[in-house]
Amino acid sequence: MKCTNQVKDSCFRELKDFIDSLETKKGELITVLHKAQEIFGYLPVEVQEFVSEELNIPLSEVYGVISFYSFFTTTPKGEHPISVCMGTACYVNGSEKILDELKRELGIKVGETTQDGKFSLDVLRCVGACGMAPVMLIGKKTYGRVTADEVKNILKEYK
Amino acid sequence: MLKTIEDLKQIKNKFLEKNNEKIQIKVSMATCGITAGADSIYEYFKDEIDRINNNKIVLISTGCMGLCHSEPTIEVTLPGQKPEIYGNVDVKKAENIFKDILYKKVKESDIIISSKQKKIVLRNCGFMDPENIDDAISKDAYFALNKVLTNMSQEEVINEIKKSGLRGRGGGGFPTGLKWEFAYKNKANKKYVVCNADEGDPGAFMDRSVLEGDPHSVLEAMAICGYAIGSDEGIIYIRAEYPLAIERLKIAIKQAEDYGLLGENIFGTNFKFKITLKYGAGAFVCGEETALIHSMEGKRGEPTLKPPFPAEAGYWEKPTNVNNVETYANITAIINKGSDWFRSIGTEKSPGTKVFALAGKVKNVGLIEVPMGTTLRDVIFDIGGGIVGNKAFKAVQTGGPSGGCLTKNELDTPIDFDTLKEQGSMMGSGGMIVMDENDCMVAVAKFYLGFTVDESCGKCTPCRIGNKRLYEILEKITDGKGTLNDLDLLKDLSNTIKRASLCGLGKTAPNPVLSTLDKFYDEYEAHVKDKKCPATVCTNLIKFTITDKCIGCTMCAKVCPTDAILGRVKEKHYIYQERCIKCGSCYNACRFNAIKKA
Ligand SMILES: Cc1cc2nc3c(=O)[nH]c(=O)nc-3n(C[C@H](O)[C@H](O)[C@H](O)COP(=O)(O)O)c2cc1C
Ligand code: SF4
Ligand code: SF4
Ligand code: SF4
Ligand code: FES
Repeated sequence: MKCTNQVKDSCFRELKDFIDSLETKKGELITVLHKAQEIFGYLPVEVQEFVSEELNIPLSEVYGVISFYSFFTTTPKGEHPISVCMGTACYVNGSEKILDELKRELGIKVGETTQDGKFSLDVLRCVGACGMAPVMLIGKKTYGRVTADEVKNILKEYK
Repeated sequence: MLKTIEDLKQIKNKFLEKNNEKIQIKVSMATCGITAGADSIYEYFKDEIDRINNNKIVLISTGCMGLCHSEPTIEVTLPGQKPEIYGNVDVKKAENIFKDILYKKVKESDIIISSKQKKIVLRNCGFMDPENIDDAISKDAYFALNKVLTNMSQEEVINEIKKSGLRGRGGGGFPTGLKWEFAYKNKANKKYVVCNADEGDPGAFMDRSVLEGDPHSVLEAMAICGYAIGSDEGIIYIRAEYPLAIERLKIAIKQAEDYGLLGENIFGTNFKFKITLKYGAGAFVCGEETALIHSMEGKRGEPTLKPPFPAEAGYWEKPTNVNNVETYANITAIINKGSDWFRSIGTEKSPGTKVFALAGKVKNVGLIEVPMGTTLRDVIFDIGGGIVGNKAFKAVQTGGPSGGCLTKNELDTPIDFDTLKEQGSMMGSGGMIVMDENDCMVAVAKFYLGFTVDESCGKCTPCRIGNKRLYEILEKITDGKGTLNDLDLLKDLSNTIKRASLCGLGKTAPNPVLSTLDKFYDEYEAHVKDKKCPATVCTNLIKFTITDKCIGCTMCAKVCPTDAILGRVKEKHYIYQERCIKCGSCYNACRFNAIKKA
């Protein structure tokens, strides 16, 4: 992710190349948004406008799709985005406690990013590692069988 | 390019010959294994094998064996001996195992797998390298496709699936052969085969496991379906949250294309078939087939009324066959072994097996596969090993957010599509969450409702507004502000939402409420009448007090985040209730059992 959280010309060029490489533009809005989010880290208005023009789809429709799907975000994530699984298995095994602990440690609510831009906090539904419940993710790394006491130490790895 | 069955056999034999003389170490490297640290075990073996430069040892990364409770797991096979499986492997254990391997004397498995399991769908998961098509072929991948293309007519394939009695594993249990027949009969210049790999059910992960562990079984089945219904294009709609499954699917598709098992003129016939991926973007409702199709078209994933069914007008209005991952994973086995064999497993009306994601408060969490008709008791207490900490079993939720719960009275129910429905629950995708005496059923119902409220697409009013109101009533009850009247209201509103909603999400959303009301009415009553939460979960209804057992160690006062505890060393402590936020820290900290939670 070389363009993380920066709206740069080179990023737009990369996105345009991707769009041009598609066999057809018909029905590819979600595919393009996935790519755009991979490149930019999030989907700010400039990017939405760019996609709208390139695919010839009204901006309102682009936004309508972005807001429908929880995977897409219009705010920049932290350097180390944290997500806590709130799927059923994790819930019955106490993921709420993990979340509370994270909120306390980071001083932010779900959906927010810390002042220094280091961490952001989100919840998600089932990573598919229910056997390891409760599960949390930091960036791409998955932590399983987490207890509230461990949260502090896990965060230390990233400070 | 493979052209004939002989080509397949040759690859199979060569692979088996090459590997049978070798020592094989297989490390389970699916998402759950990696989470538990399987990658470092893999690295360890890799370094050691490189170091001693022994080309008689092969290291293979596989998918999930389903033994989540003992991850990381590895399997070791010495030439001519039966494979041994080890669980909870850390580097130290790995070192010992490696020494044993070098002395060619490995100890017996430390993992017991219940004989009540029967693996069809998961037959290869964890036992082969999902990134090596030769390994898959050595386990008979693409033999069924060959058989179908060279020996069977379209009608014969459909009939075989119909005769097998296979029912869709995505939730509804609709007969698969019948579905294929509809798509076959609708004539069109273009048709699509779609694999539903959205797996939105929180607490289910069988589809992920199949895709990570045995992707070829799904690709092959999609091609067979394509042949049967007359389609040349397959699309897998997969959750973006499953990066490893996506990666392995991409590799598998590429390898199948390189061998000519996907593409033009497959096995020298004029059948052609290609498969591409489309990614979901985090919306539970997109698992519903009409919503899924809209999402594939790049739109908001809102469901539409059926009919028209996808088999008539699906992706871009063309006849489309949508099946679930697990459904597809059954197909090749049915073609290879015949519908009679398949019917001999399971129950009369639900033949075959079902994969369950067993999770929650059960000892052996993991993926299990059992013949339909196995009882809940066998699943939870035999295969699952019973309840963690030997606590009392309270309920098991099947069918995810759209399902219901079953209690100890129903433990001897033989599980299949119909019996679960009769008991007020459903099969759903096969999530099975076990709950013990410490779980509050009202809170669980609220949890599921919270999920549906979040995930409702908002298109129709009963679901959008009704479920929100249901949630609010449940919140009122767990906050200790509920009345008996609210319980009647819950029931009324639930029934209305079920009747009036447009799609399956709304139609089933109230199920957890109705089912817990039905089976745990006394627990609801305790909340509204006595303002008590018997399981001591609902924070507003519990109270922490310090009893005479207190020796005054001061531990609780130290951990209390709100300074609600007062007391001097060696004297009994006291909790100021007004300040207590009921975090439970003191309760967990006290080593003298002196704090009462009620
Ligand atoms: C709200 C909702 C969510 C669903 N989610 C899934 C899902 O995640 N995976 C799936 O295979 N089927 C899901 N289904 C069922 C599908 O609509 C469809 O019945 C199924 O994919 C058909 O395949 P099958 O016949 O092989 O079961 C869902 C249905 C509803 C109403
Ligand atoms: S029932 Fe719910 S999810 Fe289904 S269409 Fe209506 S609002 Fe959308
Ligand atoms: S921790 Fe327990 S024993 Fe120690 S002061 Fe608190 S209540 Fe008393
Ligand atoms: S429950 Fe939490 S807030 Fe209440 S007294 Fe115990 S530690 Fe303090
Ligand atoms: S519920 Fe958390 S991983 Fe499935």
